[in-house]
Amino acid sequence: MKILVPVKRVVDYNVKVRVKSDGSGIDLANVKMSMNPFDEVAIEEAVRLKEAGIATEVVAVSAGLANSQETLRTALALGADRAILIETDVELQPLAVAKLLKAVCEKESPQLVIPGKQAIDDDSNQTGQMLAALLGWPQATFASKLVVNADKTAAAVTREIDGGLETIEIALPAVMTTDLRLNEPRYATLPNIMKAKKKPLETTTPAALGVDVAPRLKTLKVAEPARRSGGVKVADVAELVEKLKNEAKVI
Amino acid sequence: MSEYVAPLRDIQFVLKELAGLDQVAQLPGYEDATVDLVDAVLDEAAKFAEGVLSPLNIPGDREGAKWSANGSANGDGPGVTMPAGFKEAYALFAESGWTALQSDPEWGGQGLPKLVGAAVTEMWKSANHAFSLCPLLTGGAAEALSLCGSDTLKKTFLEKMTSGVWTGTMNLTEPQAGSDLSAIRSRAEPQADGSFRIFGQKIFITYGDHDMAENIVHLVLARTPTAPEGVKGISMFVVPKFLVNADGSLGARNDAWCVSIEHKLGIHASPTAVMAFGDHGGAVGYLVGEENRGLEYMFIMMNAARFGVGLEGVAACERAYQRARDYARDRIQCVETGVRGGPRVPIIRHPDVRRMLMSMRAHAEATRALAYVVGAAHDVATRHPDTATRRRNQAFVDLMIPVVKGWSTEVGIQVASTGIQVHGGMGFIEETGAAQYLRDARISAIYEGTTGIQANDLIGRKMAREGGATLNALIEEMRALDADLGQASGEHFAAIHRRFAAGVEALAEAGRWIVDTYGVDVRAASAGATPFLMLLGIVAGGWQMARAALIAQAKIDAGDTDPFYQDKIVTARFFADHILSQADGLADCITFGAPGVMALDEDRF
Repeated sequence: MKILVPVKRVVDYNVKVRVKSDGSGIDLANVKMSMNPFDEVAIEEAVRLKEAGIATEVVAVSAGLANSQETLRTALALGADRAILIETDVELQPLAVAKLLKAVCEKESPQLVIPGKQAIDDDSNQTGQMLAALLGWPQATFASKLVVNADKTAAAVTREIDGGLETIEIALPAVMTTDLRLNEPRYATLPNIMKAKKKPLETTTPAALGVDVAPRLKTLKVAEPARRSGGVKVADVAELVEKLKNEAKVI
Repeated sequence: MSEYVAPLRDIQFVLKELAGLDQVAQLPGYEDATVDLVDAVLDEAAKFAEGVLSPLNIPGDREGAKWSANGSANGDGPGVTMPAGFKEAYALFAESGWTALQSDPEWGGQGLPKLVGAAVTEMWKSANHAFSLCPLLTGGAAEALSLCGSDTLKKTFLEKMTSGVWTGTMNLTEPQAGSDLSAIRSRAEPQADGSFRIFGQKIFITYGDHDMAENIVHLVLARTPTAPEGVKGISMFVVPKFLVNADGSLGARNDAWCVSIEHKLGIHASPTAVMAFGDHGGAVGYLVGEENRGLEYMFIMMNAARFGVGLEGVAACERAYQRARDYARDRIQCVETGVRGGPRVPIIRHPDVRRMLMSMRAHAEATRALAYVVGAAHDVATRHPDTATRRRNQAFVDLMIPVVKGWSTEVGIQVASTGIQVHGGMGFIEETGAAQYLRDARISAIYEGTTGIQANDLIGRKMAREGGATLNALIEEMRALDADLGQASGEHFAAIHRRFAAGVEALAEAGRWIVDTYGVDVRAASAGATPFLMLLGIVAGGWQMARAALIAQAKIDAGDTDPFYQDKIVTARFFADHILSQADGLADCITFGAPGVMALDEDRF
């Protein structure tokens, strides 16, 4: 059973992002970049399935600028067997990424694709769902537990939903997007970082995959959230209740 | 709260643009150390330092290592229990392969350069000084064994030490033999099977006992019955905590016990053991190399250890700076200086707080730059195909090891103290965490040779013995840079140029005085030894900051917009005006100060 894991290079979660002065987007110059945390969970799950003898190969895929290679090397250091970079300097939107991944899936025929549920830069939460729709495969989003059945034709996936947890069974091949509680990603070991350098990393392009990645959405403006205005001190509980009732009108 | 964040941007700058990682990666055997691989290693080390080691720093300090009379693993004798979480963190550290970073590939190491090891070690030390000592000593002990031990000893111990499954120690100090190792009294009695029985007490043994590894490999200095007096009669022995069977499995418990641990000012999580060898019939030991050459072997590991301890100075500066900066951003106190009736502002706006933060930052960057440059020179000195290049770099490393050790650690203490000052009264309270850095940093200027010992080594063995040749070559190299500085434009470079030129001449003058005086009045020269070590540190640090500023300016001129480069020039300028400017005073203190040091009769004290 082959597993495909899409990974995205995003602004590191520790970085406080700044909006460019012209409002055209986020300033990425000289900002530390890392693998999207949800994708780290995805790689970890795939590697665990391989270690358990369920998966036979883990392929990491990324799309974007050439330096997405660094993110793929991280995936290789964490245990992926090989990597594919779809190189382009076009701004990629979820639909374009889903189409690219569909093209890769048609070539690679994985039994399971594990994207992160969303990327922490644009928070779109769309790629996995779009990919499943394009492929006509079942999808299980926001997974917090995965059990593949013995003959690897189906999987039970526990999903994190508003009211609690929901467990569904999906036929394979399928798309499963990860939530943070699926597992705790490991630290890459030094020998594996060294070995990652020698693992195969194949580079292709959207054109070679026959996919038009032109943006369908236009960003009009990016702005900082409004600053929180200062609060007021109340003298006692009575005043608080009074204000909640009459000013805020919440009780 | 202030979380440790590895300063990867500056580390990468120093590695790649200042210390010459690309040249190191061309040395035979270091071909793997390419920029992209090193970036990946640094990223992952940063994650480990930030995510695993740093969170244990404060709890480890509060809980401390604990000794008890039945604290050994199976309760059959005394032993040490580590603070909660250390055992698991060490297991993960070893499993992740970090113990093997610089080790010989023959024994399972990754064989990466010292330059890369320096950057990674700095992160361990910033994140958790007490933890970092265990792998530091294990690495030093393994290096000494691999260079001096027999094939049998290497086969028995090195693989397990490289993988971190076993740890190592250095057993030098005895109650009467601290800085003066000639006074060592531990005995080694030869046995019919070629092994020895070791008897004696050792003190101040870092990680002499703990529960993080299944075996501990002690390297012990002792005298054989026929040994001559003094330092020429000291031999080195391997004394494992558990004997090792022929098949590599663990055998009987050796007669080497930790009989107590010290209560210390800092590094509470690092057990400092009193070791008793041979109280129950004799500890089995195996001779390393030849008899009576133990001190020479110990110095192999001592030099690596001194460099490693020097990195503690860098690490202390960085960690204390980060916490003080975070506090200064959050703490609101007083209106802005020169503004009447305005709002109260974060203290980072106040010029005196800003001066303290700049001083901390400049010292962190300068000590880092100097240490890594010396690390790179060590790699060249070890691996370069050309003999003359190797020799030249080795001479530079030998000259600078006492400076990296002595200057960086003294500065680390000073910066950690400034960090407390930035916090005001809150810094004196343990809860803020600033005080721990000062308590932990304090030992770095003492162990592996005090600053005074480093300074004597510097002016005696490293300068006077060769007539100051290596120092003079270094001064010439500094003067060459001074010419480049003269050509750079802008007020920052004018300031750097002025201070650097004066600093180099002060160093040259004081260096000449030391070399000239050493032969005729060694006591006068020694009275100026520590000020000279500090002077060389300041000027060499200023030299690297000036080089960094020139490199940064070239980047800016080429259109690079990374604000890091602007910051670097300003920090170099601060270093020049506030720190390099002390060079003249230090030179005077060296050349004129000896009479004031020695004039009072002993009974006037």
